[in-house]
Amino acid sequence: MRIALFSTCIVDGMYPKVAKATVDILERLGHEVVYPQGQTCCSQMHVNSGYFDDAYPIVKNHVESFEEWDFDVAVAPSGSCVASLGHQQPMIAERKGDDDLARRANQLASRTFELSELLIDVLGITNAAEQLDSYFPEHVTYHSSCHGMRLLGLGTRQSDLVRTVEGIQYTQVEGLDQCCGFGGTFSFKNADTSGAMVEDKVANIEKTGASVCTGGDVSCLMNIGGALSRKNSDVQTIHFAEILASTKENPLKVNGPVSLTGGSK
Amino acid sequence: MSDAKAEILGRIRSSLSDHPQPAEPIRNYRKVSDKSQAEVLEMLIDRLVDYKANVFEETEETIAQRIAEQLGKSSRYVVPTGLKNEWLPEDTAARTRMVDSGNDQKSGALSLRELDAVDAVVTSSTVSCAETGTIFLTSQEDEGRRAITLVPDHHICVVPLDTVVELIPESMRRVDFNKPVTMISGPSATSDIELIRVEGVHGPRTLDVIILK
Amino acid sequence: MSVTQLGMPQVRHGVGNIFETEPFPKYAERELKNEQLRANLGFATHKIRDKRAAVTGELPDWQDLRTAGSMIKQKVMANLDTYLEEFERNFTARGGHVHWARDAHEANEIALKLIQAEGVDEIIKIKSMATAESGLNEYLEENGINAIETDLAEEIVQLGDNDRPSHILVPAIHRNRTEIRDIFRKKIEGVDPNLSDDPAELAEASRFRLREKFLSTKVAVSGVNFGIAETGTMTIVESEGNGRMCLTLPETLITFMGIEKILPTVEDYEVFLQLLPRSSTGERMNPYTSTWTGVTPGDGPQNLHVILMDNGRTAALADEVGRQALHCIRCSACMNVCPVYERAGGHAYGSTYPGPIGAILSPQLGGIENEFNSTLPYASSLCGACYDACPVKINIPEVLVHLRGKDIDAKKAKKKQIPTQMDGLMFGAKKLFSSGKLMALAEKGLPMSKLVTGKDHKISKLPGLVGGWTDYRDIPEPPAQSFRNWYKKERPSETKRVAGERVDIDALIAQNKNKVAEAHAAAEVAATDKPAPKTEETK
Repeated sequence: MRIALFSTCIVDGMYPKVAKATVDILERLGHEVVYPQGQTCCSQMHVNSGYFDDAYPIVKNHVESFEEWDFDVAVAPSGSCVASLGHQQPMIAERKGDDDLARRANQLASRTFELSELLIDVLGITNAAEQLDSYFPEHVTYHSSCHGMRLLGLGTRQSDLVRTVEGIQYTQVEGLDQCCGFGGTFSFKNADTSGAMVEDKVANIEKTGASVCTGGDVSCLMNIGGALSRKNSDVQTIHFAEILASTKENPLKVNGPVSLTGGSK
Repeated sequence: MSDAKAEILGRIRSSLSDHPQPAEPIRNYRKVSDKSQAEVLEMLIDRLVDYKANVFEETEETIAQRIAEQLGKSSRYVVPTGLKNEWLPEDTAARTRMVDSGNDQKSGALSLRELDAVDAVVTSSTVSCAETGTIFLTSQEDEGRRAITLVPDHHICVVPLDTVVELIPESMRRVDFNKPVTMISGPSATSDIELIRVEGVHGPRTLDVIILK
Repeated sequence: MSVTQLGMPQVRHGVGNIFETEPFPKYAERELKNEQLRANLGFATHKIRDKRAAVTGELPDWQDLRTAGSMIKQKVMANLDTYLEEFERNFTARGGHVHWARDAHEANEIALKLIQAEGVDEIIKIKSMATAESGLNEYLEENGINAIETDLAEEIVQLGDNDRPSHILVPAIHRNRTEIRDIFRKKIEGVDPNLSDDPAELAEASRFRLREKFLSTKVAVSGVNFGIAETGTMTIVESEGNGRMCLTLPETLITFMGIEKILPTVEDYEVFLQLLPRSSTGERMNPYTSTWTGVTPGDGPQNLHVILMDNGRTAALADEVGRQALHCIRCSACMNVCPVYERAGGHAYGSTYPGPIGAILSPQLGGIENEFNSTLPYASSLCGACYDACPVKINIPEVLVHLRGKDIDAKKAKKKQIPTQMDGLMFGAKKLFSSGKLMALAEKGLPMSKLVTGKDHKISKLPGLVGGWTDYRDIPEPPAQSFRNWYKKERPSETKRVAGERVDIDALIAQNKNKVAEAHAAAEVAATDKPAPKTEETK
C-alpha cells in the first residue's frame, strides 16, 4: 500500500521523531510511505481562533499538496488534526464560496486516518508485540486526547495498541476522559484556567506511578510534558508511535528527568 | 394585536428568512413495554423505595387496615370526595376523616389553614410509571384538587395494580392534560446543598404508596 | 436595546443579565484563587456527573430520545411564530392572559403592573432563569415589592450578602454546608441558634421559614420548563414542593416564558420529560412535575398570566449555526461536565447563563460586541464534553468556533483598529502555512532556538501573549532539523505519481470490522496492568 504521511505542522517542526516513528512502523509492515512536500498544517489553529479568512489559503494548500500525489490512504499521528480535516476544512471552503474545494477537502478527509485507526481498522493490526515487534519495558499511563476520543470516536484504539507492546506495564489514569487544558490558543488566552486544568491532569498522571505518559497528540503531550517539566517531575511524555516503533534491537531510550519529548536528542 | 406581539412575530419571520425545513422528528424511543406485569411492578417498587417512599402491597380486604396503621392511632386526615369509602378505616375517637369537596370556591372545601392542620391525606391515582417511579395525579374525583396532596405532611397514595405501566409514553396516553396534573416521584426532596439528596422540604415529607392488587 | 445591522435580517439584542461584565480570563483568574470555591465546585460537579452518567446509561433508548429531542427543537424553531400563536390561542381559551415582551425591561414592566393591580407588596417566586435574566427581583425591589425566592438554593443565594447564582440548576453550588448554616443562623428569624450543618436540618429550617409565606401570599411569579402549543398547557419540573406551593396556593400566577420554550404537542412533551431530569439532577425523575392548562375553577390560581419574552432570542434565531443554542432546556449537564466551568465557576461568565451554554447563549442574546461577551466563546478548550452530554445534541463546540469567527470578523470590520498580537501571530502563521516551501525555509532556522533554550534545553519564560503558556509550563527545545528537511535529505527522489491500481480502502475496513474488538481483547489479555491508584474518588 502507498501511504501518504501528513506529519502535521507541530510534529514537523517540534517532534520530527514522531513522524520518523510513524514512517518506521508503516515500512516495517511493508508499506511504501510518501511525504507530499507541499503540506503544512490542517488550519485548525486559525479556525479555532476565529480567523476563518486566514484559514482558507491553508486549507487550499493542504488539499492541493496532497492531490499532487498518488496514494491509497493518508495518515497523521494526530487525532485532532485528522478531525479538523473532516470537520473544519469543508466549512472554511464553503464560507469562502469555494464549493469545489469543500468537496475535495471532504474527499481527502475521508481517506486520511489517524494512526491507530489506520493500523487497526485498515491494516488489521491487533497486537503490537506480535505484529510490529514493539518492545518497551516501561511503566506507562495514557492520556486520551479529546478530539480523537470525541470527534473521531477512537475509543480505546491507541491504548489497546500500547497495552499489547511487549514488556509494558500499564496503569489507567484517573479522569482519563478529562481534557488536559491545551485547547490550542486557549492555553495562553485563558492561561490560568488552562493552567489549573493541566495541574490537575499532571497530578493524576503522577498518582499512577508511571514513568511515561503516552498519547496520540503531541500538542496535548507538549502541554502535559511542559507542566511536568515545570514541577521537575520524572514522568516523561512520549507519543504512542514512538512506543510502537521501539523494538528490542532498536529500543527507545527513556532519558533522565526533565527531558521533554521534543528536542533533538 | 399588541405592538409587541406584532413586532416579535415579525422578528421571528425575518430571522427565519432562510426558511429552514427540518425533517419530521424520528421517534425511535420505546413507546410500548415488553415486560411482564410482575417485572413492571417490581421495577416500580424498586424506584419508589429508591426515592425513600414506603411501599405496601395490599388487597381490597386488607387496605383499610393498612391505611389505619399508616395514619397511626391519632390523626385528622383529609380525603377527596370520590375516594372509595371501603378503603378507609372507621373513624375513632382519635381518628377523624374529613372530606374535601374539591372546589375551594364552593362550600365543603378545607381552607389552607385547615389543610395545614391535618396530619395526612389519602388519595388514589391515575397511572404510575415504573421506569421513573412516577405516580400521576390528574384531578380525578378520587384524587382531589392539588392543594390537598400538597399542604399535609403525609400523603398515603393508593396505586391500583392495573394502573401500573412501565414507560413514560404509556403513562402519558392515560392522562388528560385539560385538568391540572401532578407527577410525584417520591417525597419532596432537595439536592441543593452539596448535591446531597435530602427528603422532605416543602411538600409532604412522608409518601406511603399502597399497591392495590 | 441595541440594534445591529448585519445585512438582512436586522437583529435586536436583549438587555438584562446576559452580559459578561469583565473579560472572562480576568474574572476566572480571580475565581481560580478561591480555594474553597474550587473545592466546592470540584466536589459537586463530579458527583452530579457520575449520577447523570448512571441514569442516562441505564436507558437503552437514550440516544433515540436525544435524537427525537433535537429534531423536535429544530421543528419548533423553524415554525416558532405558528406555535406561539397556537399556544396563545389555547391558553387564552382556557381563561389565561398572554402578554408579549420585546425585551427584559418590557417583561419586568408588565409583571410590575400585574402585581400592583393585585395591591400587594410581597410575592413568592419559583426559581426561574427567565426572571433572573430579566433582573425582575431587583426591578420589583426598586418599585417597593419584595420578591421572596422559595427554591432552597435561590433562598441561600438571596439570604447571602451580595451573592448571586452560579449554576442554573443548583444556584448555590459555590457554597458548602457550613457556609449555608452560617447564613441561615444569621438571616432566618427565630431559627435554632444551634442549627447544625446537616443538610436535612438546613432544609427543615427553610420549611419553617417559608410555610407561612406559602399560605398567605396572594401572588406568585414563576418561569416555565415547557409550554405546549396544541393544548396551552404549561409545566414546571421541581424537587422541593416550593413550586407546587407557588403554582397552587396563590390567587394570581404570573409566568415568564422565553419564546423558545414552546413544544408543539403532548407527544413531544413525553420526550423532554425523559431527557430533562436525567440530564439535570441525574435522577430518573424529579420529585414533582406540575402541569396546568389555563384556569381550573376551584383549584389553584384563578388569575393566570404568561409573559412571552423575546429579549434577544430572535437575534439568536437569525444565525443559522448559532440558533441551535435556543434548543437548550436548561438542564445544566454541559456545565457539570465542563472542565472550564469546574474550575472557574459560574460567576466568571457574568451572565445568568454560565458554562458552555452560557458561552454561546449570552453573546447571541446580548450581542457579541457588547460589554465583554466577545470573551465568552474563547472560554473553552473545545474538548467537546458538553456536546456529548447535551440531551438535545446542541453542538456547542461548533457554535463556539462559529462565534469566534463572528468576533474576529466584527473586529476586522472596524477599520481603524490596530492589529492585536493575536492578529500578528495569525497573519504570520497564515503566510507560513500557505506554502510547504516557505515552511521548509523557515524551519532551517530551528537550530537558532538553541540560543534561547540554554543549558536546560527548555524555554521557561516567553514574553507577551504567549507568556500565558510559560506561566504554567515549559516549552521543549526545538529539534535541530524539521521532519520535512530531514526527509528531503533522506529520500530525495520520491515520485509523486505511480501507475497501478489503488487499494479499495472501504473493502479493507469492512473486512477488518472485528479488529477493534480483537485489539481490545488482546490488550486486556496481554497487558500487565497495574492497579489504578487508590483515591477517595476511585470507586
